[in-house]
Amino acid sequence: MLDGKKVVIIGDRDGIPAPAIRECLETTGAEVIFGSTECFV
Amino acid sequence: MTSPVIKGSSYVLVDATNTLLQHGSTQVGERQANPDSEYLKKLPNFLRSYEDLVGYAPNQAYIGNISVEDLRDKPQPWYENNIEDASRYSDWGEIMPEDEFIGLIKIADAFDLVKLEEKFSNNVKEKLAEHPLLDDEQVAKINGTDLEVMQKMVDEHIAEPLFIDGELVACVKQAHDTDPNLNAHIMLENLVVKASGMLSVFHLGKQEGIDLADVDYVIEVSEEACGDVNQRGGGNFAKAIAELTGCINATGSDTRSFCAAPTHGLINAAALVSSGIYENVVVVAGGSTAKLGMNGKDHVAKDMPVLEDSYGGFAVLVSQDDGVSPVIRTDSIGRHTVTTGSSPQAVISSLVTEPLDEVGLSITDVDKYSVEMQNPEMTKPAGAGDVPASNYKMIAALGVKRGDLERSDLMNFVEEHGMPGFAPTQGHIPSGVPFVGHAYRDILAGEIERAMIIGKGSLFLGRMTNQFDGVSFIIEKNTGQGQTDAVSEDQIKNIVAGAMRNLAESLLVEEE
Repeated sequence: MLDGKKVVIIGDRDGIPAPAIRECLETTGAEVIFGSTECFV
Repeated sequence: MTSPVIKGSSYVLVDATNTLLQHGSTQVGERQANPDSEYLKKLPNFLRSYEDLVGYAPNQAYIGNISVEDLRDKPQPWYENNIEDASRYSDWGEIMPEDEFIGLIKIADAFDLVKLEEKFSNNVKEKLAEHPLLDDEQVAKINGTDLEVMQKMVDEHIAEPLFIDGELVACVKQAHDTDPNLNAHIMLENLVVKASGMLSVFHLGKQEGIDLADVDYVIEVSEEACGDVNQRGGGNFAKAIAELTGCINATGSDTRSFCAAPTHGLINAAALVSSGIYENVVVVAGGSTAKLGMNGKDHVAKDMPVLEDSYGGFAVLVSQDDGVSPVIRTDSIGRHTVTTGSSPQAVISSLVTEPLDEVGLSITDVDKYSVEMQNPEMTKPAGAGDVPASNYKMIAALGVKRGDLERSDLMNFVEEHGMPGFAPTQGHIPSGVPFVGHAYRDILAGEIERAMIIGKGSLFLGRMTNQFDGVSFIIEKNTGQGQTDAVSEDQIKNIVAGAMRNLAESLLVEEE
């Protein structure tokens, strides 16, 4: 489903941070072109 | 080694409604990017009165006039159901009006940077003369300046203005002509931290059994930096606050880790007391100017009052074991290390289950978890959700995964071991530490045995690392566990017997 897709990750410190999402996506065919965790509080 | 105890704590809020308009980072950014925006036009109509700020139930929970369980029972939205006849003062602190706080900033000012308009100055001086915790010498520092002189400094951009109801009543001057780290904006933010920190320590000092002259060390844990062009974060707020609050025998330093700093500070304080280096350590923080009205756009868009309208502050005294006060456990410290990882499971394991495993406790042995205690009424309209509830669900989910809980008990755990968020979104202020006062009271009342304080910090915002940070510790009932180092009766008998043996041997040697 994600083969060849370019992905931008915006993670949440009190939810799922970007590095954790990146690790999951790296097991797929997606290419993470940007990842950042933000603090919304 | 002695057990460190929580000897007392104070919590203050300060009305900052007018400062929100002028100096909150969201509003500053909007004025620069879009000065004629609808948001800026509407914003003044969405501000609360001081009376509404005092009557707001989460604020009354923060200063301790109601418990977190009382807050849970209050009808929501809380901002439409204020507590009638709510009190400005509490046993732990107060909610100070904005004009009086501007006077307190003047009292905190050591370099004549703060200017108050003549009439305003006289008015505030009269009010602060009635304040129960300020003396005549402190209030005498307040003096007035001609309005035209102040207006000129503001027009020339060498001073940040402070307004009340649209009128210029005070300003904070730059502390140097060219140094960017001593500009008026930074001096205002730093003086706010100092003054609100001072107010917190004053309230700590009034409590029974606490003498601020006995404080050996102060740790300041807010998120600002004071310094000059050659040392931007040189410090130190701690000693500046100690100087003006009667901590005459203290030195101190600043500890920083974004929102996690208060929990780091309390762990450091516990270590300093436990080791015997110091007997009494105060951990204190003042409030954040930039975060005022941070989610204002969403609040206005949702047709609700802009709730991020107050500064927060707190102070906690950590002391040697008195046999009564709740104990900070030094054998069960949670920490998110460099290699912990960022998945929620890794984070919660490092902060909750690993320290509990070290001392043989299960997740359900902790009666209350104090996580990120942001008031959900402030965060949900902005799409950030109910942060405390999210944290409790993650702890419960890990408990289910480990077999500490049944899946069907997940939401019961959230209800029983969690609590509603009640702290303003002032960064470090809501992080773990707001419940220390409630935990102290609930433990002494026998309502709970144990609480865990968890602090988290967004280090990645400083752009030095992608790392997150977090630390935790347990507070529990004092059952005399700190007395284990006392000499027992058997040990005394052994010491006396040893001395007698030595004496007998020396007599025999003399006879020979």
